[in-house]
Parts: sequence; C-alpha cells; structure tokens
Amino acid sequence: MNKALSGALRSALGAAATGALLAASSPAFAADPIKIGVIAEAQAIAGASIPQAAQLAADEINANGGVDGRKIEIIGYDNHSSSADSVRAFQRAVNEDKVNIVIASYISEVVLALEPWASRLKTPFVTPGAASNEISKSVHSDYEKNKYTFHGYLTSAALALSVCDGAKDLLVDKMHMKTAVIMSEDAAWTKPLDVGYEECLPKIGLKVLDHIRFSPDTTDFTPIFNKIEGAKPDVIITGISHVGVQPTVQWKNQQVPIPMFGISSQATNETFGKDTNNAAEGVLYQGVSGPGVAVTPKSVPFAENFKKKFGNYPSYAGYTAYDEVYYIADAVKRAGSTDADKLVDALEKTDWEGTIGRVQFYGKDDPFTHSIKYGKGLITGLMLQWQDGKQSAVWPKDVAKVDIKFPSFIKLSN
Amino acid sequence: MRAFQILIDGFAISALYALGATGFTLIFGVSGVLNLSHGAIMVAAAVAAWAAASIFNVGTYAGALIGVAVALVAAFATYFAVVKPIQDSRRIPNEEKEIFVLTGTLLWGIMIQELIAYFFTNNAKTVLPIVEGVVDVLGVRTPKNEIFTAIVCCLVIALLWLLVNRTRTGKAVLAASMNPRGVTLLGLELTNIYIVVWGIYGVLAGIAGVLLGMFLGVSSYSVGPLTASAFSIVVLGGLGSVSGSLIAAFVVGYLETLTAYLVSPAYRTIPALLLLVFVMYIRPQGLLGRR
Repeated sequence: MNKALSGALRSALGAAATGALLAASSPAFAADPIKIGVIAEAQAIAGASIPQAAQLAADEINANGGVDGRKIEIIGYDNHSSSADSVRAFQRAVNEDKVNIVIASYISEVVLALEPWASRLKTPFVTPGAASNEISKSVHSDYEKNKYTFHGYLTSAALALSVCDGAKDLLVDKMHMKTAVIMSEDAAWTKPLDVGYEECLPKIGLKVLDHIRFSPDTTDFTPIFNKIEGAKPDVIITGISHVGVQPTVQWKNQQVPIPMFGISSQATNETFGKDTNNAAEGVLYQGVSGPGVAVTPKSVPFAENFKKKFGNYPSYAGYTAYDEVYYIADAVKRAGSTDADKLVDALEKTDWEGTIGRVQFYGKDDPFTHSIKYGKGLITGLMLQWQDGKQSAVWPKDVAKVDIKFPSFIKLSN
Repeated sequence: MRAFQILIDGFAISALYALGATGFTLIFGVSGVLNLSHGAIMVAAAVAAWAAASIFNVGTYAGALIGVAVALVAAFATYFAVVKPIQDSRRIPNEEKEIFVLTGTLLWGIMIQELIAYFFTNNAKTVLPIVEGVVDVLGVRTPKNEIFTAIVCCLVIALLWLLVNRTRTGKAVLAASMNPRGVTLLGLELTNIYIVVWGIYGVLAGIAGVLLGMFLGVSSYSVGPLTASAFSIVVLGGLGSVSGSLIAAFVVGYLETLTAYLVSPAYRTIPALLLLVFVMYIRPQGLLGRR
C-alpha cells in the first residue's frame, strides 16, 4: 500500500516535472504575455502614431521570439484627447486588463492627470510625447511615491535648449539674425518652454522683441501675425502643438514675410503637408527624428517600415513610442520579472540606442528625475524643414541633407 | 493703418458670420426650429470640400461644390431623420416638441462631429482657396481670398433677399414665417415650404462652411463654437429676424476683431458674449426681434 502510494506519487511528480520542462522549452506554452497598455490620442495628428508604432515594435519583438519566451501584447485605448477619458482608461487597463506597464499620451495635461494614478495603482508609466517639466519634477520632489512615472520625451526645458542650439547655428551664425518674437499656445507644456526660450534666446544673440501667448482655441491668427509683423523681428520662434494647421495656412495665405522656427508638433507628422495643402512649405520645426534621417542606424528602417504598414511617416511620438516598447522589453528581461518595483529599478538603468538617439534617464538626484537625458552622444534633437512637400533635416550638420530654403514671400532682413 | 486693418479684417469675418447665421435664423423664423447641428453641418461641408480636393484631387471648384452638396444632403437628413419625425410624433406632447427638437439636433450634431473625427481625425483642415495671393488694400496686405470671401457672402445674402422678396416661393416662405395657419388656409402645403427652407438653409450653411474652411480652417472641434456663435448672433439680432442677424453679425465680428487687435487675441470672444448678456437684460427680444 505504502509502496504503491509512493509509486503513484513519484510518477505524478515526474509528470509535473516533465510538464514544467515542456513549458520552459516551448514558447507556445510560455508564461503570460507582457501586457503594455497604450492610451493615446488616436484622432490627433501627433497622437495617432503612438499606438501604431507601439504595435509595430511589439510585432517585431514577438517575431523574434518575444522576451524570454513571453510575448508582448499591446492593449490600446483611445482617450479622445481628454484627461478624464485617459484616467478611466488607465484604471481599466490596470484593474481589468491587468497590464504591466502603460505608455500614454503626447499631451502634458493628460500625463499630469495620469501621474498620480500611476502612483496609486503602482503601475509603471512612460509618456512618449508630453513635455512639461512638472512631470519629472514631481518624480524628483516625491520619489518614493512618484517613481512609477517615466518621461520618455524631452522636457520643455530641454526642447527650448534644442531649439536654441539649432537657432544659434542656423539663424544667428549663418543668416545673421538678431531679433525674434516668441509665439506660443497657452498650455501646460509651453510655460516652462517659454521660460527656457526667454533665457536661452538672448544668450545665443537673438533679442526677444515680444512674446505672444494665445488660446489653443484660436482660429483667426490674422491679428497675431499682424502684431508680430509690427514688431519687425527676423524670426518667429514657435511653441505650438494643439494648433498647427491653422496658423501655418494663414501664415502662407497672408504671406507673412517672417520665417517660423521652433516647436510645431503637428508638423512632425507626414500628413501635415496634405492637411495644410502644402502651406507647410518652409516651416522649420524641431524633431527627435525624421524620415530619411539616420540619427541612429535604427531610425530610417523604423520610419520606412512604419510607412509601409500605415501609409505615412510617424509623428515624433511614434519614434519615442517605438523605442519605449523596446526598452520596456529590455527592462523586463533585465529585471527577470514584470513586478512593478523591479521594473522601475530596471528602467532606471536603461541604456538603449533607439531611433531618437541613446536613451538614458536622469537619476533620483537630478532635478528632472526619470526624464530622458539631453546632450551630445545621447539625444540632441534635430531641426527639420518642410521642403517640396517633404520633411528634410537641416541641423545638426552630421545628419543634415539640405540647406534651408524659404518660399518666395519670406523676406529675410539680412 | 491699424484702423484700416481692423476695418478690412473685421468686414470679412463679419460677412462670414452673417452668412452662417442667416440660414439658422431663417429656419427658426419659418418653422420654429433651433437647429443645434448647425456647426456640424458647416464643418461637414468644409471637410468634404477638403477631402474632395486633397484626397480625391477633383480640383478646387469641384471640391467647393461637393462641400455645398454635402451640406445640402446633411440639411435634408437633419430635417427628415430628426426634425420631422419629432414634429409629426403623436407621442410627444406639442408643448415639449421644441425641447425634443433642440435635444435631437444637438445629438445629431455630435454624431456628425464624431464621424468626422473618426474618419478625418480631429485636426484642423483647410480648403484650398479659390483665389490665391495677396493684394494691397489701403496699405494693408490682404489675401485675395479674404476679399473673395466677403464678396461671395454679400452676393449670396443679396440673392437670398431677392429670393424671399421677389419670387413666389420666397413670398410663401415669408408668409409661413408670419402666419403658418394662414398659409395652409391658402392651400399651400406647409411641409413643402419647410423643405424649401431646409434646402435654402443647406446651401447657405454649405457655402459658409466651405468659405470658412478656406479663410480660417475648421476641425471637428469647431462644431460647438460655430453653433454657439450662430446662436448668439441670432439671439442678439432677435430670433427669427434676418436683418437683425445681419446687423448682429457685424456687431459681433467687429467687436471680436477690435478686441483681438487692441486688447489681446486671447480674449477675442469675451466682449461679444458680455454684450449678449447685457442685451438680454435690457432688450430680451434682441435688437430687431418681434417677440
């Protein structure tokens, strides 16, 4: 009796062990997938690329066997550009769909609304496109609570630096410009951006003559352009994201003779050309990558694959979202787990060459904790220009393909 | 120089407002319907014109015509699918029908808005202008398209005046707005008059939408503000009074332009809304209202 029992026990144990072995050796029987929730503005030019790029990255990783045999599963949520919808999506993603980590939004207001939820629900969260300094400042000021949030895009402060670095080489040194007017929409991300502009533009030799902030609901930009023209600046330095098509088209229709240079998020997406009936011609905008620009060896293949699959080149948030899925996968691999705290530790040690440069995060003691590092050898950003219906890099020199050229209505003062 | 600038810019935007509000007030005057899907119909026209010209490459003129046609279809759809069933319903008490029509057209407008956002994203679209380039008017560099917009608006409004005052159909419409029961006693079918009015409305809203798309650009977000602006212009001018709406459109247009130039573009709409509140206090029937 005893013998028989122990025999049965032994064979049962043996079966279990074989089962375990089988499971470990074959990916088909692998553990649960790594679930990434993607909350984005599917109906907006800049946001639409986020879920698409994330899915592309996941498909590539899965085709190569996944992460230690675990597949990556993207669960998408359209937030209709609304903070309230995003918070509901975040709760649903964590509580019902049991995601391990969330990638969300290019709008700072949305990300700032989600940040406390990442803390409450202890779920790591990365944004591919929001810029407000406050996102990473809150991580710094209350690290233990807010450490779950990562800022996978440049802060407004870094964006202002990137624009100024480009402006110094292109506008001041090459074209001898001396004056500028700042034109930015009234939103959370532009407050620190404007502070950055006000600080760095005079340093590179561009005197700020006026500073115009306008409501993101503005539809008629005639008075704004007239006011800017009245100040007679050499260049308009932009900070626009919620608006883009309308000011660009009116700039062209009214033949405002002053070039626009700066952040124009909508201009980063290829569909911008068609949406503006090519009024975008001559617009200069900051980007982290762009079609045909080999920031790293990964940039061009990604942009081409994206276009092949979705019909247009990605917006800036597409590049970052694609990289994020990859370095999340890398972090899961290094952590050996999807446990939230272990994942946060692993993400902090990220050193990943993606499509926008080399991604590392600022540490606990830096003021912008968990924001990606800005600088040479890491991420510097680019300046691109719409030329002949295409986006072409004009700065920095090592990736620039063409020289700046303007439509005939632009009158350079020098 | 700045005065001329305000004069010219204010005129174009006011003329556009006037055109947008005329159809809205006409429908109210004749059939008592406040059509809250107004902004959605205008945006649908502009987006259709954009899509036809930019995606299907039919050309600027054909694109504009397609835009107006889409507005006409949308206007009839609003009437036959939303307004008429409520007006004909026996289960809705007569005194509640106005509220039902308000709610119905509001929801209908939201449906159109969401469809546009779904198929064409919520980013702004701009219709390629029929005339491009700029001219110098009194020292102000003015886009030719702005002048074109103002001229078309004035022409269409003049045509509407002729139609209403000089043709048999127009007179029937006018009569219906004064005394619907009297019109039926004369043997005219009220429903036919309504169809004519919705047709006129569709064309007006379509032209206004396409011109707006050329002048400033529209997105699915414009739906609410466009309805609200037509609504406040019509209330300011006196509900149902076409000439009141025209005056109000110019008051609002110039007030907004003045604010944008002299105060700040950020406060553009505020003075006009304050004026509306003020007028409601001292003259609730509006500037030229009858009731």
